[in-house]
Amino acid sequence: MTATVPPKAPTFLGLPTAPRGVGHLRGDQSFPDAARTALRDGQLRANLGHATTTIRNKRAKVVGEVADWEQLRAAGKALKAATMAHLDEHLEELERQVTARGGTVHWARDANEANEIVTRLVQATGTGEVVKVKSMATQEIALNEALEAVGIEVFETDLAELIVQLGEDKPSHILVPAIHKNRAEIREIFARTIPGVDPGLTDEPRQLAMAARKHLRERFLRARVAISGANFGVAETGTLTVVESEGNGRMCLTLPETLITVMGIEKVVPTWRDLEVFLQLLPRSSTGERMNPYTSTWAGVTPGDGPQEFHLVLLDNGRTAVLADEVGREALHCIRCSACLNVCPVYERAGGHAYGSVYPGPIGAILSPLLTGVEDNASLPYASSLCGACYEVCPVAIDIPSILVHLRAEHVEAQEKTTAEAVAFRALAKVMSNPRLWHLAQRASRLGRLLSRGRPTLPNALPPPISGWTRSRDLPTPPTSTFVEQWTREHRSAK
Amino acid sequence: MKVALFATCLVDTMTPSVAHATASLLQRLGHEVVVPPTQACCGQMHVNTGYRREAVSIVANHVRAFAGAEAIVSPSGSCVASIHHQQADVARRAGDETLARDAEELAGRTHELSQFLVDVLGVTDVGAYYPHRVTYHPTCHSLRLLKVGDRPLRLLREVRGLELAELPGAEQCCGFGGTFAVKNADTSTAMLTDKMANVLSTHAEICTAGDASCLMHIGGGLSRLRAGTRTVHLAEILASTEEAVTPHQSTKPAVSRPTTPAVTA
Ligand code: SF4
Repeated sequence: MTATVPPKAPTFLGLPTAPRGVGHLRGDQSFPDAARTALRDGQLRANLGHATTTIRNKRAKVVGEVADWEQLRAAGKALKAATMAHLDEHLEELERQVTARGGTVHWARDANEANEIVTRLVQATGTGEVVKVKSMATQEIALNEALEAVGIEVFETDLAELIVQLGEDKPSHILVPAIHKNRAEIREIFARTIPGVDPGLTDEPRQLAMAARKHLRERFLRARVAISGANFGVAETGTLTVVESEGNGRMCLTLPETLITVMGIEKVVPTWRDLEVFLQLLPRSSTGERMNPYTSTWAGVTPGDGPQEFHLVLLDNGRTAVLADEVGREALHCIRCSACLNVCPVYERAGGHAYGSVYPGPIGAILSPLLTGVEDNASLPYASSLCGACYEVCPVAIDIPSILVHLRAEHVEAQEKTTAEAVAFRALAKVMSNPRLWHLAQRASRLGRLLSRGRPTLPNALPPPISGWTRSRDLPTPPTSTFVEQWTREHRSAK
Repeated sequence: MKVALFATCLVDTMTPSVAHATASLLQRLGHEVVVPPTQACCGQMHVNTGYRREAVSIVANHVRAFAGAEAIVSPSGSCVASIHHQQADVARRAGDETLARDAEELAGRTHELSQFLVDVLGVTDVGAYYPHRVTYHPTCHSLRLLKVGDRPLRLLREVRGLELAELPGAEQCCGFGGTFAVKNADTSTAMLTDKMANVLSTHAEICTAGDASCLMHIGGGLSRLRAGTRTVHLAEILASTEEAVTPHQSTKPAVSRPTTPAVTA
């Protein structure tokens, strides 16, 4: 690896947040700028609109079938909150149990440490290539890039993740990383990048799936090392769990000799029974299925069956700092179902790339700034109209709108220099808490009438920040009198 | 009942007709309306933009202005939601436990207009007349925070002459979102465009809602497009009566404005 010292890591409440210069948690543009470009992409808008509407309706249907859905949600939330309150103990128990069953546990403080550990483990096997199960944690730390930097070839095996990898693209959705691509675009990527692909390949879903299957089959059979994430890690039994639809994950988890799992520390659950709740909540919220086709669970190693070497890398990368935030810590309850993305009107229009992080949509708008420290992702908490659709569907009832509002305040309160906005809001607060000043200010707003010169609306071209409104919307001309003023005048004279 | 009216800062300053209509409606239903003259704002815009510390004094002013009121009614789902879900939190976080408790207590007596009419007064037929084709947009905070459900629709269905057109994609946000409309103007406008497309597809003359802020956004967009459909607040429709109709009425709500002091019927 390179010898450059990574830039000094930012901290929150004295705890390290995810370090800069590694991983995919920070974008290079603010959300409004990135969204402005994305909004002009008609193909993207059509693809996303179509895909999110389909999943949204599927989810609503299967969730509607469950009579005790609200109780299940409450149970999921309670289990997560109780687990987070004793996270350290559950993690140590997980370590004991994994170790007792022949696995090895590694603790990674951040993305750099995790990448180093995994790279070292892969190199020790002497192999030059690895197959991967779809995993958000490894995307977060940019593990693929770290492995490729030392000459190890990485093959994503999840179909959507493969599309992204072959297209040299970035994931734009937690569950369906290639949601921004349609079938015709996928056909083009496959035809261009898969060696020896049938030149007559069409965009028929089955043909596309078969082309990917043929391409992947060879990799599965020859791979000696697989890398995965984990949906859940059960402390009492040391069991890791991966939930998927395609079976490609199952191939990776069973065929190679060595399995390396990178798991965020918040994925631990205390008992096997807890899965009862989460395995009901997750598939219905995520793919809109009653049950997902493949749920793989394993504990340590089993002689003569499956991988004979198992490593679990427990990743912090800012999570402890998130846990220290009383309001924000709920974001760690996320089970990555992506329901909040699919219902979000902002996500549906701007797309996942506009968030600049592997975690897009409503959960990304809180989790990314929480992991990096809010100043490194300061525009994300504002990337929401606070409509509340995310909170309504979240299977573990994370109050995303309240956390967004909290992070906005954290951002405002972190400013050392006074901004023009702060000056305006502070002045307005003074005015709005003093009735006499408030009435004067309301009267002053009537000066707007001079601008409209008798027309019912104000002119379109006004200076910022009002231009943000008037570029696309008319602003009514202020009335000659406020309600309170008129009411008070009329009712005083009659008394 | 003696009802204190919270106009909200936006309605008071920009669309006072909505507050006049609310007062007129409540009086017509036989209630005494008072308008505390020191009211200003609930603090929502400050809280939602990140200025929760600054919002404390705004909350304090609101609590002072309405102290002692028996019931408080406001024609805004979003402001009532903020009073219910944010005011006490903001005060508590700033260490002002007394204010937090006062705010909580006041929130218990504060009602959004459609909930007040249906749940507290127990009426759905308010005797209104509004002979127009109308579509209803359930604003997000009314829908998801206050859970007003179908109350506004039940009220609208009883309005004589009114033809209700169902709005496709009704539960999708219109893109207003307070300062979101300015900070993320492009995304906000994209959401507005889709909302307007749905509104226009109903061929309604009027799009109504329980929030003047969302209506200012939707109405501002429709006006910019020179669309024939305009926005009218739910309170104005419910306050409209046959007696108040004038020859040049068009879709302008026909609200009689009492100038004599309100008397309990
Ligand atoms: S925040 Fe909730 S809805 Fe969104 S991905 Fe996580 S668990 Fe799913």
